[in-house]
Amino acid sequence: MSADEVKHPGINLGDTRDLSHRDAEHDLFGFWIFLMSDAIIFALLFATYGVMLVGTAGGPTPADTYKILPAFIETLVLLTSSFTFGMASIAMKHDAGKVRLMRWLAVTLVLGLIFLAMELKDFATMIGDGAYPARSGYLSSFFALVPLHGLHVAAGCLWVVVMMVQVAFFGLDERVKVNLLRLGLFWHFLDIVWIAIFSVVYLQGLIR
Amino acid sequence: MTDRRSERSWEKALRTAAMLSTGGALSGCDVLKLTVVNHAGPIAAAQWHLYVVVGIVLVFVAGPVLLLTPIMAWRYRLSNEHSTYKPKWDFSWWIEGLIWIPPTGIVIGLAFLLWTYTHRLDPYRPIASTQPTVEVQAVGLDWKWLFIYPDHHVAVINQLAIPVGRPIHLSLTSGTVMQSLMVPRLGGQIYAMAGMRTELNLAASQPGVFRGENTQYNGPGFPQQKFDVVALPAPDYDRWLARVRAAAHPLDTAAYAALFQRSVPAHPIYYSRTPDGFFGYIMSRFRSSPTENER
Amino acid sequence: MSASVWPAVLGRFEWHALPFVRAWENPTLNELIGAGAAAIVVVGAIALIALITLLGKWRYLWREWLTSLDHKRIGIMYVVLAFVMLSRALVEAMLMRLQQATAINAPGVVDPEHFAQLFSTHGSIMIFFMAMPFLTGAFNYVMPLQIGARDVAFPLLNSISLWLTGGAAGLMMISLVVGTFSTGGWSGYPPYTELAFSPGVGPDYWIWAVTLGSIASTLSGLNFAVTIYKKRCPGMTLMRMPLFVWTTLCTSILMIFAMPPLTVATALLALDRYLGFHFFTNDLGGNMMNYANLFWLFGHPEVYVLILPAFGVYSEVVSTFSSKELYGYTSLVLATMAIAVLSFTVWVHHFFAMGQSANINAVFGIATMTIGVPTGVKIYDWIWTMFRGQVRFTVPMLYSLAFMMTFVLGGFTGIILAFPPLDYLVHNTLFLVAHFHNMLIPGLLYGMLAGYHYWFPKAFGFRLDEKWGRVSFGCWVIGFYLAFMPLYVLGAAGMARRTQEVFEPSFRPWLYVAGVGALILFGALASLFVQLWVSIRDREANRVTAGDPWDGRGLEWSTSAPPPDYNFALLPQVRGRDPFYDGKRDGDPYAPPPEYHPIELPRNSMTGPVLGIVGTALAFGLVWHMWWLAILGTVMIVATIIARSFARDVHRTIPVHEIERTEAHWLAAVAAARAIPRQLEMTPLNQGLAAVTR
Repeated sequence: MSADEVKHPGINLGDTRDLSHRDAEHDLFGFWIFLMSDAIIFALLFATYGVMLVGTAGGPTPADTYKILPAFIETLVLLTSSFTFGMASIAMKHDAGKVRLMRWLAVTLVLGLIFLAMELKDFATMIGDGAYPARSGYLSSFFALVPLHGLHVAAGCLWVVVMMVQVAFFGLDERVKVNLLRLGLFWHFLDIVWIAIFSVVYLQGLIR
Repeated sequence: MTDRRSERSWEKALRTAAMLSTGGALSGCDVLKLTVVNHAGPIAAAQWHLYVVVGIVLVFVAGPVLLLTPIMAWRYRLSNEHSTYKPKWDFSWWIEGLIWIPPTGIVIGLAFLLWTYTHRLDPYRPIASTQPTVEVQAVGLDWKWLFIYPDHHVAVINQLAIPVGRPIHLSLTSGTVMQSLMVPRLGGQIYAMAGMRTELNLAASQPGVFRGENTQYNGPGFPQQKFDVVALPAPDYDRWLARVRAAAHPLDTAAYAALFQRSVPAHPIYYSRTPDGFFGYIMSRFRSSPTENER
Repeated sequence: MSASVWPAVLGRFEWHALPFVRAWENPTLNELIGAGAAAIVVVGAIALIALITLLGKWRYLWREWLTSLDHKRIGIMYVVLAFVMLSRALVEAMLMRLQQATAINAPGVVDPEHFAQLFSTHGSIMIFFMAMPFLTGAFNYVMPLQIGARDVAFPLLNSISLWLTGGAAGLMMISLVVGTFSTGGWSGYPPYTELAFSPGVGPDYWIWAVTLGSIASTLSGLNFAVTIYKKRCPGMTLMRMPLFVWTTLCTSILMIFAMPPLTVATALLALDRYLGFHFFTNDLGGNMMNYANLFWLFGHPEVYVLILPAFGVYSEVVSTFSSKELYGYTSLVLATMAIAVLSFTVWVHHFFAMGQSANINAVFGIATMTIGVPTGVKIYDWIWTMFRGQVRFTVPMLYSLAFMMTFVLGGFTGIILAFPPLDYLVHNTLFLVAHFHNMLIPGLLYGMLAGYHYWFPKAFGFRLDEKWGRVSFGCWVIGFYLAFMPLYVLGAAGMARRTQEVFEPSFRPWLYVAGVGALILFGALASLFVQLWVSIRDREANRVTAGDPWDGRGLEWSTSAPPPDYNFALLPQVRGRDPFYDGKRDGDPYAPPPEYHPIELPRNSMTGPVLGIVGTALAFGLVWHMWWLAILGTVMIVATIIARSFARDVHRTIPVHEIERTEAHWLAAVAAARAIPRQLEMTPLNQGLAAVTR
C-alpha cells in the first residue's frame, strides 16, 4: 500500500513521512474500535435500564423523577459543543492557525463544563427529592447509565485541557493532530450516546 | 401418560445392560441406581428415552471422527512408503459436501426432536392425568428446603412426601440466594429465586425414597442440603399427612424466625399448621416490584 | 499516630486477615494448608527477588523485558505468567480432588469455606489468568511474524495489557496471603456474592481481579484486530493469511464484543457492594437474572475465545507435520467465522433452568447444536489434511490427534446438554464440570501446549526435549480421562458441583479414580518443567539457529531463531498461501536483499509497568476499603496517561550496519547448517534447515 491510499481525509499531516500517515490511519481505526467496545458498554446499560424500569420498589417512578426542561437544555448545550468541536477540527484541517483552533477548543470546553454543571445539579435535585440510587433497582440503573455518560464528558473535558496545553507546548505536530482527531471522535460519540439517553431515558420517562 | 410409562423392550435391555456394565461386584455400579437410568417417574422415564435416542444418533456423529483420525494418521505416517503423497491436494467438492451436508441434516433432525421434547418436557407443563394434582410449594432456605402443602395447611422441612401416581405441581421460591431443586430419579431441575416463583411438574410412578437436592452452591452448608422424596401409595400418603398434622408444632412466629437462620436440620421437621398464603408472603418479603418470573 | 487513624489507613484490614495468624491461633490442618500456600507465595516472591539481586539481573530484566514493547518479549512474558498460574490452579484442583476423595461421610482435609475458595480461585485463574494469558501470549509472539509485520499496531497498549493482566494475577496471589477469596465460584452469581450474603473481602478480590483482566483483554483484542486489518505485509491478502491469524482475528473480535458485558456485570456488582445500589439484590427491585444474562453474554463467546486459538494452532500443526497443504482452507475460514458469530446466540443455555418459556429454551438449544456443524467441519478438515500426507508423530501432532479424539466426546456430551430436557437432569452437576473440562483441556490446553512445543524453537533457538515431551503428553491424556470420565457418571448420579462433603458411599470408587487422574495431571505439569530444564541443559545439542526446524510453511519460519528485534530486515512480499514453504521450493528464500534500510522500532517504556502496579494498588485499596490508596491510585493512573501523552521521543532507529551484521550472522548459520530430511527432524542433526523435496 502506498501512503497516498491511506492518507486520512480528516487530518492534515502535510508532507510528513509516509510512516506518519500510516500510523495515523492505525491510530484512528483503533480508536473507532475502542468506541465500538465502549458503545457496547452503553448498550448493555441501556438494556439493564430497560429491564430495571419496573423495579421501582414503591419509590419514585420516571415520571416523578425527571425534569424535561433542564435535560432539553443540556441536550442543546452538548449538541452545540459538538458543532464547536467540529469547527475546531476544520480549523486544524485547513491550517487556520493555532489561535482559532484554541478558541474553538475553549468554547467546547466551556460548553462541556456547563453541561456537567447542569447535570450535577439535576442529580442533586433528584437525590434531594428522594430519588437516590440505593432507593430502587430502577434508580440504580439510571445512576449507572447517565452518570457514566457524565463521567465520559468529564474525561473529555480533561482531555480538551490536555490537548490545549499540548497545542501551546508542541504546536500542531503529528501526535497532537492525531490526538485531536481522536478526541473529536470521542466527543461526537458522547453526543450520540446522549441523544440515546435523552430519547430513551428522559423522553420515554415522560410517558411512564 | 401411559405411552411414557410403557418402555420398549430394547430400551429395557439397554437399561439392564447399563446397570450391569461396570460389573456387579464393584460397588461403583451402585451409582447407576441413583441416575435417570433407574427412573421412577414418567418425566424421568421420558428423559431417559430421549437420552437413549440422542445417544444413538450421536454415536453416528462421533463415530466417524473416532475411526478416521487414527486410520488417516497411521495410514499416511511418514514411514509408510506405500501410501500416496500429494502435498498440493487440498480440496474436493465431494468431501466438502460430505462434511457439511450430513452434519447439517443431523442437526436439523435433532432440532425437531429438541423442539418437540423441550415443549413436551417443559417443567411448567402440567402432567396430564385422571388423578387430581397435588399442589406443593417449595422454599429454598439456607440450607434446607421447606415444602408447604397449601391444601392441607401443613409444611415440612427436608422431606417431600408425595402420593404415587398423582401429578405433583411444585411452585418454587427462595428465602435467600438462588438455589436449584433437582430429584434425579424423578427428573427435572429448576431454579428457585427470591421474590419470584418458578414451577416444576413431577410425578412418581412407583413407591420409594428418592434423593432430592439443591445443586446451586449457596454457602458452607450446601453439601448437606439434601432431602428425601418419599413416594407413598395413597393410603400411606394420607396417613403421613395425618401424622404431620398431629405434630402439634405450628409454624408460629418463633418457628418462622428460625427458618431464616442458616442451619442444617438433622431430621425433617413437621409443621402441623401454616398460615394462609404463606408462600406468597415469603415471596413478597423481597418483592417490592412486579418482576415476578411468571408467564 | 493515634488509634483512630489506623482504620483510615488500613481500611478493614486486621490481623486475622493473615493466614499465618489464623494458623497460629488455630492450628488445624485446614488453616495450616492455607498458611502453607501463603508461605509458598511469600517465600517464592522473596526467593525470586533474592535470586535476581544475587545475579545482578535487575537492570537487564527491567531494560530487556519488563519495559519492553517488543511483541515477542511480551508474548513470552504472557506465557510465563500462564505457566505460573497454571501451576497454582492445578495444585488447587488436586486439593479439591483430594478433599472429595477423603470426604465421603467424613470432613476431609479442608473446611467448607476453604473448599469454596478453592473452586472459585481454580476457575477464575484457569480462565482469566492461565488460558487468557497463554493464548494472548501465543497471538503476540506468532501473529505479527505470520503476517510479516514488525510489531503489533499499538506496542505500548500491548505492554499495558500485559501489565494489567499481570497485576490482576498478582491480586489473585495477594488474596492468598492477605484476606480470603470469594466463595461464589468463577461466575460470581449474585445475590450470593452480594454484601448481604458475602460481606467479606472475597468477592471484592474477585470483582477487581476479573475487571482488570477483562479490561486488559478488551485492549488486547482491539490491538490484534487493528494489527491484522492494517499491518499485513504486501501481498498478504485476507484469504492468504495462515489459519492461526484467522483464529486470532475471530478471537480478537470476540474479545472486543464479549469482554464489555463482563466489565458491566462486575462493575454493577461492585456498585451494589460499594454504594448500596440494587442491581442484583433480592430486595428493592434488584434482579439477579439480569446478571446471569450479562455474565453469560460474555461467558459463552469467552468459550470460543478460549477454543478458537487452539483451532488455529492445530491447523498449523497438522498441515506442517503432514507436509501437506491445509485441506479446505476456505471451509475452515468460513467455519471459524460462523462459530464466532454463532457464539453470541447461545448464552441462555447456561441457565435453561431459570424458568423461561419452552420456546426460548428450544431456540437457544437449537442454536447451540448448530455450532456443532462448523466445529465438526473443522475436525474433518484436519483429518483430510492428513489424507495423502506424510504424518510425523511429533509432540505437537500427538496433542492434535489426542484433541480430535477427545474433543469429539466433549461435543457428544455438549449436544446432550443442549437439549433442555436433558440439561435439567445434569445441570449444575459434575456432568457439566466433566463436559467443560472435556472441551477446554483438549480445546485449549492441548492446543496451547502443541503451540508451545511447535514455536518454542523459533522463540529460543533450540528444540524442546522430545522424550519428556512425550511423557508429559501421555500424562495429560491419561490423567484427563481418569480425572474426568468418572465425573460424568457422578454427575449423572446427581452429585452437585462444588460439593465439599459427600454422603453417598457408592461415589467412592469413582472419586478415587478421579483423584488418581488429578495426580497424573500434576505429573504431566511436573514433566513439562523437567522437560524445560532438560532442554535448557542440552540446548547446545538442539540448536536450530537457521530457524526452520519443521520444514515450516508460514513467514514466521523465514527468520532466524530467535528472530531479530525487527523480525524482518525487509518486509516480505507474499504471493500465496504458504509463502515460506513455496519460497523454499521455487527459489532461495535465504538470498540476502540488495540493500538494507534503517528500521524504526518503538522505544521501551515504563508506562506499562507503572500502570500495572498502580492499577493493582488501586484494586487492593478498593478491596480493603483503604480509600486513600484508591484515590491515590486513580490520580496516578490519570497522571501517568497524561504524562505519557507528552512523550515525543518514542521511537528508536536500528542503523543499517547493525541490521547487516545481524543478518550476516544468521545467513552464516544457514550456510553452515546441513539441510535434513523430515526423518531426522527429531535428532540433533536438525539445525533448522529443511531439505527441500519437490
